[in-house]
Amino acid sequence: MIELNVNGGVARADVDPATPLLYVLRDDLGLHAAKFGCGLGQCGACTVLVDDRPVFACLLPVGAIGERAVTTVEGLGTTVEPGDVQRAFLQEQAGQCGYCIPGMIARAEALLRRTTTPTEEEMRAAMAPSLCRCGTHMRILRAVRRAAVARGGGIVDPAEPVA
Amino acid sequence: MRGRRLKIAGVGIAIAGAVLAILLAIAHRPAIASIERPDPRSFDPAVVARGANLARIGNCVSCHQAEGGRPYAGGYPVTTPFGTIYGSNITPDPDTGIGHWSRAAFARAMREGIGRNGRHLYPAFPYTHYAGVTDGDVDALYAFLMTRPAVRATPPDNDLIPPLGFRPLLAGWKLLFFQPAPIRVDPSQSAEWNRGRYLGETLAHCSACHSPRGLLQQEQRGAEAYAGGWSGGWYAPPINARSPAVRTWTPQRLETYFRTGLSRDHAAAAGPMGPVTYNLARADPADVRALARYYAWWMRNAPAAKVDPPLPDRRALAERQHPAGARLYEGACATCHEPGAPMVVAGRPVLPLGTPLHEDNPRDTIQIILQGLRPPVQASGPYMPAYADALTDRQIAEIVGYLKVRHGSGSAWDDLEKEVAKAREEGR
Amino acid sequence: MTQSRREMLGGLLVAFTLAPAVHAQTGGGEGSGGPPTVAPDLAGTLAKFPDLDAWIRIAPDGRVTVFTGKAELGTGIKTAIAQLAADELDVAFDRIDLITADTGLTPNEGVTAGSQTLEQSGTAVANAAANVRLLLAEAAAARWGVAATALFTRDGAVLDGKGRSASYADLAGTTSLAVRARADVPRKRRDARRVIGRPVPRVDLPAKLTGLPAYVHDMRLPGMMHARVLRGPSSGTKGRFDLSAIARLPGVERIVRRGGFAAIVGPREWPLERALHAAGRSGWTAESGANAPGALPDALLRMRRETQTIQERYDEPNVRSLRRLSARYDRPYLMHGAIGPSCALALFEDGRLTVWTHSQGVEPLRASIAELLAMSAERVRCVHREGAGCYGHNGADDVAGDAALVAVAMPGVPVRLQWSREQEHGWEPLGPAMMAQLDGNLDASGRIVSWGHQVWSNTHSTRPTAAGDLLAGREIIPPFPATPPKPIPQPNGGGDRNAIPLYAFPNSRVVSHFLPDMPIRVSALRGLGAHLNIFALESFMDELAAAAGRDPVAFRLAHLDDSRAAAVIRRAATRFDWQGYRAMPHRGRGFAFARYKNHGAYLAVALDVERVPDEGRLIVHRAVAAVDSGEAVNPDGIRNQVEGGIVQSLSWSAYESAGHDGTRRSDYDWSTYPILRFGDAPRSVVVDVVDRPGMPFLGTGECAQGPTAAALANALWAAEGRRSRSLPVARSSAGFL
Ligand code: FES
Ligand code: FES
Repeated sequence: MIELNVNGGVARADVDPATPLLYVLRDDLGLHAAKFGCGLGQCGACTVLVDDRPVFACLLPVGAIGERAVTTVEGLGTTVEPGDVQRAFLQEQAGQCGYCIPGMIARAEALLRRTTTPTEEEMRAAMAPSLCRCGTHMRILRAVRRAAVARGGGIVDPAEPVA
Repeated sequence: MRGRRLKIAGVGIAIAGAVLAILLAIAHRPAIASIERPDPRSFDPAVVARGANLARIGNCVSCHQAEGGRPYAGGYPVTTPFGTIYGSNITPDPDTGIGHWSRAAFARAMREGIGRNGRHLYPAFPYTHYAGVTDGDVDALYAFLMTRPAVRATPPDNDLIPPLGFRPLLAGWKLLFFQPAPIRVDPSQSAEWNRGRYLGETLAHCSACHSPRGLLQQEQRGAEAYAGGWSGGWYAPPINARSPAVRTWTPQRLETYFRTGLSRDHAAAAGPMGPVTYNLARADPADVRALARYYAWWMRNAPAAKVDPPLPDRRALAERQHPAGARLYEGACATCHEPGAPMVVAGRPVLPLGTPLHEDNPRDTIQIILQGLRPPVQASGPYMPAYADALTDRQIAEIVGYLKVRHGSGSAWDDLEKEVAKAREEGR
Repeated sequence: MTQSRREMLGGLLVAFTLAPAVHAQTGGGEGSGGPPTVAPDLAGTLAKFPDLDAWIRIAPDGRVTVFTGKAELGTGIKTAIAQLAADELDVAFDRIDLITADTGLTPNEGVTAGSQTLEQSGTAVANAAANVRLLLAEAAAARWGVAATALFTRDGAVLDGKGRSASYADLAGTTSLAVRARADVPRKRRDARRVIGRPVPRVDLPAKLTGLPAYVHDMRLPGMMHARVLRGPSSGTKGRFDLSAIARLPGVERIVRRGGFAAIVGPREWPLERALHAAGRSGWTAESGANAPGALPDALLRMRRETQTIQERYDEPNVRSLRRLSARYDRPYLMHGAIGPSCALALFEDGRLTVWTHSQGVEPLRASIAELLAMSAERVRCVHREGAGCYGHNGADDVAGDAALVAVAMPGVPVRLQWSREQEHGWEPLGPAMMAQLDGNLDASGRIVSWGHQVWSNTHSTRPTAAGDLLAGREIIPPFPATPPKPIPQPNGGGDRNAIPLYAFPNSRVVSHFLPDMPIRVSALRGLGAHLNIFALESFMDELAAAAGRDPVAFRLAHLDDSRAAAVIRRAATRFDWQGYRAMPHRGRGFAFARYKNHGAYLAVALDVERVPDEGRLIVHRAVAAVDSGEAVNPDGIRNQVEGGIVQSLSWSAYESAGHDGTRRSDYDWSTYPILRFGDAPRSVVVDVVDRPGMPFLGTGECAQGPTAAALANALWAAEGRRSRSLPVARSSAGFL
């Protein structure tokens, strides 16, 4: 039995500790925000936060997490009470199919926990491990800029001003 | 450890500096008059094209371009045991670059390590190698750089341990370690070999990373040449008879590796070697072939040249010795690296072929896990995600221990957890 | 978040009887398909399903359920259709529920493709809603003994303005909607609309942004088993599997085998993934007959072809030309590259099969699966659940066939089958490689007097219409034959989509070379042939403009007699400040325009692009587009689609190319087939929507693909004086991360 600290609570799963976190979230804990995209650390659809850092859940054995705190997009807010990053994504309507978006939100959250005043280049570099095939990039970037402002900071030299 | 070594080195430099202070007056070099920025159209395009090739072979852009910055506009942090030196702006911007530099000023910088203003340059700029560059090649590089778009950009100030910010000390360093000599032609070798040697020993400055350095960062020559060195937190393995590669580096394999960043019999170019292959892939193929011939010659007596050692898979043993590492490997690595994984089926080299697991220190194995790999040469190519955020030092140490037993060879690696911490620190 | 099986199976609503038989499909064509037209006087798909209750039902609590046979593919159609229904019915937007593509519940609207959803289904729903509103008003009129024309509606109720009101819920209890729609019911006046034309937020995003189960991938049914299919590394190969060894691997509970089809089944995903990798050890063989296409684009010219002239006009046969230009343009094979690999769930119970799928065409899929399993179509139900964006025919249908085969072998057990990333890359049908040859003649005044366009292409649709169109259908024994590829006829066109110029050239000849033999499995990719044809046409317009010494924008306007076309061109040029643009070294502006399919949305786009010297990296500083999709139901939805289309087309046109090494596809993951990442995304994108209230919906989903490709090439030409006629224009210089 593995014990995990997920979204501020204790979660237990009876799985082989080599199992990547993503499968445990989706199949055992009923948390669907993190998505399977590649299983190879190439697309970021599975991104979650582990102790404030963005991590590919598809390649992180659950047994390796230990005491570290896992935060998924479910832990950032709900449809009724979205978190500030989620709200920014909603305000910008940043999503087409939306499949990549939870990973994007997790990655943006990790960036903003590190700094709320990154430069445009730093923001793009921080988001780069996550792929979007719908081409929602511009809206995702707008949402991150907006979320940075909402958190009391703001992107330095933004390529598009926050509306 | 490192801190103490640094202190000793700092004191050593201070003493050497004091002793040599007298020489400073002699070492003083005048400024060379600034000129108007030359008209880019005044350069012969054929010469510019030759310069472009040489700049790629020299991998100049690696140090003279910041992450996300413009080519040749400087700003890349070169880490040394004495602190960080930032690559300068070598675009022809008059104020922040070298637009005011005459050809003579440029040649003096290249071959003597003196800036236009007469200041000594840090040997992070490898003028010790460039001293051997021919006049024609200096001209070509000058023409190339002076025809680049001028970019206004000032790199950050160097961040060096005192007293190294005091540049006249460098004159002393030069007296001790800088003996410029032209590259002689070896008539017993082919023209291609000689071309490879000229390029390799001068512009390509391969030994700057692949040779060990002394206390004052001087390159070791003679028997120690190409016996392995350090660069940006990575280990540059020996490329002489001590090469730990498990498959011999034939000139053809080396050429393919240089041009694609990947050898099917070895592995992908990682760390600082990635940009080297990026640039070589864009250089004159004949020159790249010459480099391959020359360095294959250096490795002609390496163990792998005599036999292809088997690639054992000591899986059960590794699992027994490193059970935690085995489990981590299963969840974090096997998807790509285990036989049968699509990446392996598609023909990417298997783990035991890579040189890192056969090196006498674990640094490269650790850095690859921490930092991952980017496709070195093209947008597509070998890629590996970084695990620095996902795994702890201890976990990475466990994986490395497991891999060494399972696929590696050579001396055992100790203190892996500390080694990971150190690699994290130095690889930043 | 397990959904109960009962709910999924649709205790949900009183199922109503749709036309009983599965209708003949339109033979692999892109576009609507579906049953025959029975009421030609009605608009959109109402012409095929004229009864109102096929589209709209009102529950006793007043909630309205709208049925559409189209599927939400991430383009926002759920929101747009609900907007139409809300406004035309006069019901609050949030009281509308939408049921999409479900062979058991919704009208058969064929395939969701070709940017036709609003044109077909949206039009049907809007008119059905107008009909229902009138019926309810008439019911109230009868109740109150007044003329219906004296009544009005507001927020789900009919009012007489004198204090009497009757709710729809109340009236619906006594009003049958099982009646035919009338053609003459007027839609709401423009000034009375409150929801249409507004940027209503997408109804599906909140769930997706907070992690509620929103995709077929997220479905978990009680007792569900996971499955993975065993295949070689790419289409054209066969895996060599030692099934008895695989059966012994941990976590593999069962192997389902039908001839050459095999899948592993188990309760947990991860052990199955590991088993899949272990299975890969035994290698693969290339299938005989699977050939590499050879070096492109010349290989296309060597293929067997069926040639058809699709436009020929000689209005001024004797005109004198002064200069003649010709050029060839080509694109490689391209991948759909959904971020989520294809996935389906299937349950076979009591002799009936239900398949949850992200296919774009639940009805043709149903027919194909029924044939695959030798079941009657009545016993097969295909229900659309969202997947990751697909941009055309990817692995969605194939994986549904895979899941169905496994499910029938395990009655009573819900089976979830998901492809691996490598299977998606290796097996999805690619967008075909193409080539076009253009010829043009200018007269002394710099006017184009004659035009020639030839295009070489495979089919652009191998969408399933029969069992042999599914991968599994060709693997079982005996295998089913694939439907022979057919060209998609004009006016939509397949490989020749948008080959016919919209410009008013006096003389023009357009020839389509259909290449029936497919060395590589191909099918519909967003825009079909329009991507290459518009790239070629709009690049060539620039080449001619340069030859004529004219400004590219003015040159285009001079050759157009379509005022809506001119309007989007002017709007984009103004927003971009085309006149005021200041050229900089290595940086240039490029313009392009097209009307998608020549009868869809109008789009003009201007790009400001730099190629960083010595590095080759492309920086798109600015993209500015103007789009006219007819009446804009949701302007923000249109902007979203166009922004995404621009960025996606930049990725295709600048960086992407799917290769083949002679025996197998060479791209098997994102490292081998990199797509645009944030570092290479434009600095800024602006999309202006030209609203045309009251005009027909034109559909937006695909209109940016072609023009963006051409604008990119035109900007590069301006930046560096070199013409990029082969896509992708920056293949080796994209930064991977
Ligand atoms: S699913 Fe983890 S990175 Fe793609
Ligand atoms: S919104 Fe569809 S993949 Fe990003």
